[in-house]
Amino acid sequence: MNGFEVARADNGAITVLRLKGYLDAHTAPDLESALQKLIDEKRVNIVVNFKDLSYISSAGLGVFMGFIEEVRGGGGDIKLTNMSQKIYRVFDLLGFPTLFEIREDEGLALGSFSHPKSR
Amino acid sequence: MPQAKRKYQLRIPSQTDNLEIIREFVSRVARKVGFKDDDVGKIELAVDEACANVIEHAYQKDDKQPIDIAIQIDYQKFTVIITDRGHGFDPKKIRTPDMKEYLAQMRVGGLGIYLMRTLMDEIDFDVKPGKRNQVKMSKYFLDKKSKHADPKEVPSFK
Repeated sequence: MNGFEVARADNGAITVLRLKGYLDAHTAPDLESALQKLIDEKRVNIVVNFKDLSYISSAGLGVFMGFIEEVRGGGGDIKLTNMSQKIYRVFDLLGFPTLFEIREDEGLALGSFSHPKSR
Repeated sequence: MPQAKRKYQLRIPSQTDNLEIIREFVSRVARKVGFKDDDVGKIELAVDEACANVIEHAYQKDDKQPIDIAIQIDYQKFTVIITDRGHGFDPKKIRTPDMKEYLAQMRVGGLGIYLMRTLMDEIDFDVKPGKRNQVKMSKYFLDKKSKHADPKEVPSFK
């Protein structure tokens, strides 16, 4: 068992990725593949829900850094939601809240995409 | 009264799927000697970052090499020493990145050492490329400023 799972749910033009388990140097490639697949499908309105994620290291954060430019360049965004305090602290230490939209709740993130279009 | 020095050791192959075991090992010992969740989380992450660097950079993903993780405990602090025999790096070249500049450039990777420095109270590199590279990181049991406080406040060992 890998200790990490990504569940995908398409909601109109928005895709939600729900993460579960731990995201480290071993499991980061799984998240990378999931995001790459969305980009290949031109689905760039992305919400990532951290509710069931128990741990993240810089390898996990690096994945978001690696995709954000391309996603925004395609007119979309990656919005992050439902982080525990432990997970949020790591994002905060690395200054991510200035770079990413981090919402308390998945519903808020879904509602914050303005007129999302399938591209 | 707290006991004198204690040492715990783990030798494990340089594979990323072992990071979970390394985190478990370090967290268990940290919790056992009295650290609360917040500090356990910091130690766990700092050690994960150091070992991930060893796997990726020192051993360049050769997954048959050993990583040695030693935990030393004394009255004042919890020290983790991570040793490898891979390619070293010049610690003088590792500086705390300017996060503003970093974010502006949206660079990927290289965040590990910044995190290690931020999460732990002390960090020291001893690099002898190809022979022995070592990173030594400590966290004090009490707030560093009050580390000379009454020893009765030091967590007891079970």
